[in-house]
Amino acid sequence: MPEHMPFASRRGLLFGAAAVSAGALITGCTSNEPSDSKDEPAGNNQPAADDKPGKQVTIGFAGPQADHGWLNAINDNAKSRAEKYSDVTLEITEGSNDTAQQIGQIETLINKKVDVLVVLPADGKALTQVGLKAMRAGIPVVNLDRIFNTPQAYRCWIGGDNYGMGLNAGHYIGEKLKGKSGARVIELAGLDNLELTKQRTQGFDDALKNYPDIKKVARQAAEFTVESGQAKMAQLLQAQPKFDALWNHDDDQGVGALRAIEQAGRDDFLMVGGAGALSAFQAIKQDDGVLKATVLYPPTMAASAIDLARALGQSKGIGGLAEFEIPSSLTLYSAVVDKTNVDQYMSTGFK
Amino acid sequence: MTQPVSPPLDSSTDKVPPAGPPAWRGLLIRADVRTLSLLGVLAVLILIGGITKPDEFLDTRNLQLVLTQASVIGVVTVGMTFVIVSGGIDLSVGAIVALASVWATTVATQEYGFAGILFTAIVVGVGCGLVNGVLIAYGAMVPFIATLAMLASARGLALQITDGKTQIVTVPSVLDLGERDAYVLGIPPLVMVFAVVTVIGWLVLNRTTFGRRTVAVGGNPEAARLAGIDVRRQRLYLYLLSGLCCGIAAFLLIVLAGSGQNTNGNLYELDAIAAAIIGGTLLTGGRGTITGSVLGVLIFTTITNIFALNNLQSDVQQIAKGAIIVAAVLVQRRTASTT
Repeated sequence: MPEHMPFASRRGLLFGAAAVSAGALITGCTSNEPSDSKDEPAGNNQPAADDKPGKQVTIGFAGPQADHGWLNAINDNAKSRAEKYSDVTLEITEGSNDTAQQIGQIETLINKKVDVLVVLPADGKALTQVGLKAMRAGIPVVNLDRIFNTPQAYRCWIGGDNYGMGLNAGHYIGEKLKGKSGARVIELAGLDNLELTKQRTQGFDDALKNYPDIKKVARQAAEFTVESGQAKMAQLLQAQPKFDALWNHDDDQGVGALRAIEQAGRDDFLMVGGAGALSAFQAIKQDDGVLKATVLYPPTMAASAIDLARALGQSKGIGGLAEFEIPSSLTLYSAVVDKTNVDQYMSTGFK
Repeated sequence: MTQPVSPPLDSSTDKVPPAGPPAWRGLLIRADVRTLSLLGVLAVLILIGGITKPDEFLDTRNLQLVLTQASVIGVVTVGMTFVIVSGGIDLSVGAIVALASVWATTVATQEYGFAGILFTAIVVGVGCGLVNGVLIAYGAMVPFIATLAMLASARGLALQITDGKTQIVTVPSVLDLGERDAYVLGIPPLVMVFAVVTVIGWLVLNRTTFGRRTVAVGGNPEAARLAGIDVRRQRLYLYLLSGLCCGIAAFLLIVLAGSGQNTNGNLYELDAIAAAIIGGTLLTGGRGTITGSVLGVLIFTTITNIFALNNLQSDVQQIAKGAIIVAAVLVQRRTASTT
């Protein structure tokens, strides 16, 4: 696919490979090295990629409306990562949850002739056409998280692993409850009309199949909000007088869920969260409540998307990989963060 | 809208009873078919809950839970009932709850503790109600439009204040109010607030000039004006009242959820309108009861509770909720036309 594109010229590739070998470009996003924790978005704290200024790149960023802690962290990560590079100019549109509005914004960025586009679509399927349009106009697209319908609409996709979240949460709970016969597990899911919620549940159920002694006895869907988390969890606690573990899909609704647990005076089970909010990390570190771990869906993916876009604009590959080009897709790992490794992740926690 | 068989004011069972018969006797006779049918629905639900999940449903803690969960939306619905009875509508209640809750929980406000949070929530609620009221009463805007505009801007402002972040409450005295230790005689403080708002709402609508004027404005604004009622001022007060209820509800929500978030109060406007309509309030105004609205809220909360206890998924819950709205209104139509 990329052979007709300017950035894939042979000379470009050679230069790119040379430049990349000088420094690890993307290591910041894959490395687990602890970083100084300062109160700023995580992207800045990661070990530096190749900071040497290269060719000037203008990146167009069309992000989501930040009406949720995680989405807000996405925007913050993208912005602060771009500020880090003197050779990157970020053209940012106002975040939007409205498909039509976002299509308009992306078309504006195409008309401005940005070098690379980073798009977190309000709806991946609905925005496929405008992704195709950008690619046809010769602007490579980095598709962030919510995936377009066809690989033709993006040069590179980077996003989280919803199935993996469920899988890792299920395995963590499975190991913790090992040896306990007749263990009961419940699930507080996210918004049920989202595909990602089904994937998270599927992963969870698949993981639990490895542990025949564990039975999932209840599942209720909340709405990713604190209010819905509190309401649904209060009901679940009433419905299940006794259970051993709870998986909650989202740390933001987890704030409400923890509140309901506290109000009901329950502490007879272990809880695993999802996403990686700062408040969840702090609770895990303090270790004085039911929350023992959370599975990541890291918002640092937005910082990585900027790195990938910069690499694309400068026709470079990724440090640490033998390839001359950046990959066509990158699925992040949903690491389990518990007391043993929470310090390492603290700086990536979003509010 | 089908009009009641008799003129609205006379068919309203909540209008001020003529002096004479003892209050209790009057109340019993006046407990109209509509209220009884709602109580019947609630009884059936309780029966279903008791049969399907006897241990979990018929439990003191569950009763406390259902009432607590009804409190926030219940307070909003009391305010909404007044507005609808006056022939108006308030689409901004959910957004006002969101704005009031995030403003009251921003860190700067939390430094002033309990009083700071309570005061801010109420001032923001009343402030939004004031804007609604002025636009509708003196700007001659249609309530639907004015409150739709408030919905949009209050949600936007809430998002701006929070920057999408969840404002976690760190004031112990606020949080303690939601804890089991704070229950008095087994009644959670939130439920007490809900009960007090309900009783005051009932008294104001049924026993005061303000209430009579509200019904009159909703029944026929022109006739009310000719009868010497300052219709504009009355409307202003009503939206202020709805805003006040939203402010109180926002505080209750802060206690309940321990945080402020711009997504708070999502779709409260529809829940409150649905509860009021189920309760027999006419969307065209002129008739409505606080008792009916509160029963409507309790019916919805009980349904949600039974669904959750039986582990039914949200799609089933939504379908059933819709079916129950239709069924309740149909039952009321029948009973209303036979009285």
